[in-house]
Amino acid sequence: MTSTLRQVGIDIQDAEENRPLVDAIRADNPELTIRHLPGLLKLQAAGRIVINRETVEAQLGREWDTGEFQLAIVSYAGNFSEWDDDQIIVSWEH
Amino acid sequence: MTQAKPRAKKLPLKERYALLTRDLDWEPSYVEREKLFPYTSYEGIKIHDWDGWQDPFRLTVDAYYKYQAEKDKRLYAVLDGFAQSQGHLGLADASYLNAIKLFIQGVTPLEYAAHRHFAYLARYLEGPAPRFAALCQSIDELRHCQTQIHTISNYNKYYGGFHSWSKMHDRVWYLSVPKSLFDDAMSAGPFEFLISISFSFEYLLTNLLFVPFMSGASFNGDMPTMSFGFSAQSDESRHMTLGLEAIKFLLEQDEGNVPIIQAWIDKWFWRAYRMSALVAAMMDYMLPKPVMSWKEAFELYFEDQMLGGLFPDLEYYGIRPPRHVEDAIAEKDHLSHQVYKILHNFSFAAAFTTQTPGVEHSAWLSEQYPGTFDELYKPVWDKHARTEAAGGRIFFQGLPQLCQVCQIPMVFTEPDDPTSTSFRTSSFRSETFHTCSDGCKWIFDREPEKFVQAWLPVHQIYQGNCGGPSVPEVLDWYGIQEGDNGEYKGSPDQRSWAEWHSGAPKQGS
Repeated sequence: MTSTLRQVGIDIQDAEENRPLVDAIRADNPELTIRHLPGLLKLQAAGRIVINRETVEAQLGREWDTGEFQLAIVSYAGNFSEWDDDQIIVSWEH
Repeated sequence: MTQAKPRAKKLPLKERYALLTRDLDWEPSYVEREKLFPYTSYEGIKIHDWDGWQDPFRLTVDAYYKYQAEKDKRLYAVLDGFAQSQGHLGLADASYLNAIKLFIQGVTPLEYAAHRHFAYLARYLEGPAPRFAALCQSIDELRHCQTQIHTISNYNKYYGGFHSWSKMHDRVWYLSVPKSLFDDAMSAGPFEFLISISFSFEYLLTNLLFVPFMSGASFNGDMPTMSFGFSAQSDESRHMTLGLEAIKFLLEQDEGNVPIIQAWIDKWFWRAYRMSALVAAMMDYMLPKPVMSWKEAFELYFEDQMLGGLFPDLEYYGIRPPRHVEDAIAEKDHLSHQVYKILHNFSFAAAFTTQTPGVEHSAWLSEQYPGTFDELYKPVWDKHARTEAAGGRIFFQGLPQLCQVCQIPMVFTEPDDPTSTSFRTSSFRSETFHTCSDGCKWIFDREPEKFVQAWLPVHQIYQGNCGGPSVPEVLDWYGIQEGDNGEYKGSPDQRSWAEWHSGAPKQGS
């Protein structure tokens, strides 16, 4: 399977409780661009966006279940190619 | 940095998901499988292994209720705060509420319809994984319907026009656009429903159908609507995943499924896109503080993310971009202007009010639509403004012809000529049927037996089924009360706004 560099995106609610999460995503995805729209943050990157539980927990200073990501997300473009206890990956598959 | 404590031991997500969905399924022993699941064969879709369906969220029933409860808790905290702090005073303008009226009349009843139909899928799909995903979505949709009614009811205390929206959804002309779309989907088979609602509606176009309302709410001081919207959208991302999973699963199961799915994508892209014309008008004309033009949203969310991102992914399965997509692209500079013109001309028969864009608003539209607005649409608005300056208001007298498929009045122009109306006809059983575009004509010609049954509001009025032959009788039958409709300037809502905001602060005066 060849990897693709088409843009993937995640829209997250612009809320206080989501800032550590966004910081963690930024830390793990150096290519990430963030666009502010009213009420939401539009995160985009070429190819894939990865969210690591450990990075989020380090930012939050508490335990975090990857399932909690459901509370933050508004929309996305791409495919959840991985969603387990430690990691969420959004990418295009083909 | 604080060190997180060792995590409590529990089963890995993958195992938990397998145990709580697939492992709870069983083989029927005293009922034949075909009798248990009678609706999954007649559409021609072939499924060889239902276990090939994967829910990327790996959602289990305990996690579902935990997160949904948390979402509701957050939403109701916002609603309480808004009500307690007289949040309605912070709206950008009362005219903003017209967008919310369109929402509760047009969208909220669809949530309820979706709740019903996903409950049906939760019973009749054969695989335990899609059944459980459909069950969660059914409960989500009921939550959306309830939280929307609850949220918007706060405005009902201060402004008019929020009554009778459910009755209106079943009767009023512009609301037949969303209603007939959903009726079309619900009367299709279960697989076509997945492609129509889960894929085309929830994945392909969700960002154009829902997110603009929420960003508009945020930008115009409507915290509760923004909150229910984003709370609903967090479920929506799960629904998007269901839509994407559905299409990939169906395409992977059998090569024979590919042409069937392609035809459904062709149909449902255009159906959902046509309905989004109402959202386009709302975005460009109904928000006191516009957020983003329809054109920009279309380019960002549809052209970049879907045509640029998703369709190359689907090409792997032999799926090409939807038929008539080039017409939608050609229309992006025109769509909102043409549709709002209709709403403006006919708002004496609508359950919201409209107004001619003012000087600043026109300047914004010129900026957003440099190639078309000044030349084609501004002169019309200038003429309205002149008439209104002399004390008049133009409303169109008479009833418009509707498209047999999308049910929008025939306002659209030819993709390559914005000065001539696009007008298509088909013949079926010796009768002529009219459609607004190549997209709608193609849909009609594919299933004429279905679309000849359309409940077209204008035809129904002429047939005497809508309260009587005069405008007041029809409005009464629609449930529209004096003041809900017509021009915004001088309307009861504008007067209420002025009263709520009147008077300088008393202190020090």
